[in-house]
Amino acid sequence: MIGASRWSRVALGVWAALMMAFLFIPIAIIVLYAFNPSNVQSWPLDGLSTKWFSSAWHNAEMRHAFWLSVRAGLLATAIALALGSMAAFAVHRFRFFGREAISFIFVLPLALPGIITGMALNSFITFAGVSFSLTTIVIGHATFCIVVVYNNVLARLRRTQTSLVEASMDLGADGWQTFRFVTLPVIATALVAGGLLAFALSFDEIVVTIFTAGAQNTLPIWIFGNIRLGQQLPQVNVVVLFVILVTLIPVALAQRLTRDTGLLRSRARPPGALPQGTGQLS
Amino acid sequence: MISGGGTTADVSSSHPSPPADASTDLAVRVVGMRKTYGDVVAVEHLSLEVRAGEFFTLLGPSGSGKTTTLRVIAGFELPDSGHVELHGVEVTRSPPYERPVNTVFQDYALFPHMSVLENVAYGLRVKGVGKRERSQRAGEALAMVRLPGVEGRRPIQLSGGQRQRVALARAIVNRPRVLLLDEPLGALDLKLREEMQFELKAIQRELSERITFIYVTHDQDEALTMSDRIAVFSNGRIEQIGTPGEIYERPVNEFVAGFVGTSNILVRDGKRYLVRPERIRMLAAGEAGDSRTVGGVVREVAYLGGVTRYTVALEEDETLTVLRQNLETSAASVLEERGREVRLTWREQDASLLDTNQEEEAN
Repeated sequence: MIGASRWSRVALGVWAALMMAFLFIPIAIIVLYAFNPSNVQSWPLDGLSTKWFSSAWHNAEMRHAFWLSVRAGLLATAIALALGSMAAFAVHRFRFFGREAISFIFVLPLALPGIITGMALNSFITFAGVSFSLTTIVIGHATFCIVVVYNNVLARLRRTQTSLVEASMDLGADGWQTFRFVTLPVIATALVAGGLLAFALSFDEIVVTIFTAGAQNTLPIWIFGNIRLGQQLPQVNVVVLFVILVTLIPVALAQRLTRDTGLLRSRARPPGALPQGTGQLS
Repeated sequence: MISGGGTTADVSSSHPSPPADASTDLAVRVVGMRKTYGDVVAVEHLSLEVRAGEFFTLLGPSGSGKTTTLRVIAGFELPDSGHVELHGVEVTRSPPYERPVNTVFQDYALFPHMSVLENVAYGLRVKGVGKRERSQRAGEALAMVRLPGVEGRRPIQLSGGQRQRVALARAIVNRPRVLLLDEPLGALDLKLREEMQFELKAIQRELSERITFIYVTHDQDEALTMSDRIAVFSNGRIEQIGTPGEIYERPVNEFVAGFVGTSNILVRDGKRYLVRPERIRMLAAGEAGDSRTVGGVVREVAYLGGVTRYTVALEEDETLTVLRQNLETSAASVLEERGREVRLTWREQDASLLDTNQEEEAN
């Protein structure tokens, strides 16, 4: 920004600070409330206490909702890893009729409002006469979890030299060995990152879940229900703090994995060395 | 090795040509190969025979089918028709990992997640060679390409020239019968490239049981420097196969003449002749010429240091390029020659008749 005046730089700085405050102050308040000793939410806090942590942990409803969310997240992630990576391989490696359409359909659920996905799934489930269960939640979550894995793996494959697979075969490795020793290590971090993101997405998803869960409560639905009815608010605050951590950690890890894969580290690269066309995501 | 043979003798399988000793010891035989990509014909009815231990170059402009031919030999592409034999064994439909060939890729294709040593030892690892033996053999291969001491590094930490050597070591460590090289020096700068040309030849000579090298390039100098024989490609066909000398001195047609070296084409009595620029002498005033002498005017002079290049417009509406060593001339003196009237001469045997092999080519 050569020539930008001092004032415009200061103004820009203030604007950025306000934006960050707008985004993060509510989260900070929730975090503080989790340590609120009183069971009424009032400001300022009367002190700090962790007494709601144990009562939240021993809340049976909460625990049930929590385990449902974890199971749904793990299953949806597993499905996403399997289907998402296979789809990425197919789209990357083969040229076939309808390839672009399939690629579009895979990515669509991410752009589609959750309410549409939710309503569509809900009417289909009802129409098919299937009862709402963990399975229906997992199916709902898988729709958008697949995209995350698919996108990550496809981006990695596109940045990987196609000649690597040929080189492996040329050196005597059959299809399985090539997958095991070359393809899998090259996409491994993309798979882990995609899986972590998928789990984080599933764990705090609420819109699609409402339409596919029936009478069951996942953790976000339990939180939402309690806040709406004004019940057990101190415990809800503790749980929200926990959810923030559970979603933040995988996202931060995924970020690190796609940035610093070790495949891309350019440290100690001699000047003039050719850039290697592999890997990088972000 | 350079047992010569006719310029196009090996092009078609219908000619029972090359010398008897070679036919029993062929490394690669491609017969009637055709390969298309959609509507594009990459290679059309191509046949060639490469003798064991030969340094054989596929030379041509991009899109002429040379890389496609290499990829068919390696097993990366299935030809539409025709077949491929390696040391007498039909391999047309065999996957790459069942062929006794290894490839040095244009972009090196080093595995980014493995160290240099792991890269070089990869072929041995997938064949189940024990850890100790493969480390030792990989170390030997790295020593052969003169790159010791980088075993633990990642490819990304190496320079372009070093990566090239790793790629070479990774290919030769498997002791393939045939080594395929796809423009391996293309990404290197000129000085490094010239150095590697000599090293490649040296490595081929050094390998105990000689490996057949099949080398793809679009660089005529590279081809002339390294090859035992050259196949000149154009539009998916082979125009000529021969030793560097044959290709340069007796090109069969204008394409080969123009692609390998600078060509001067003269039409005399309805026939076309080629005279290489360095074979033409500029006569001093009153000096007697050889069998052929023509007059003209110097249009352009380019002083290139060791030599000077003249462009001379002839009376018959033709243009000849003449190269002259700067034995006694200097930059100042040659530049004065622009616009001067000159007489040019060359010996009869230095004018070679073109288009002699049209009929054979049509096969």
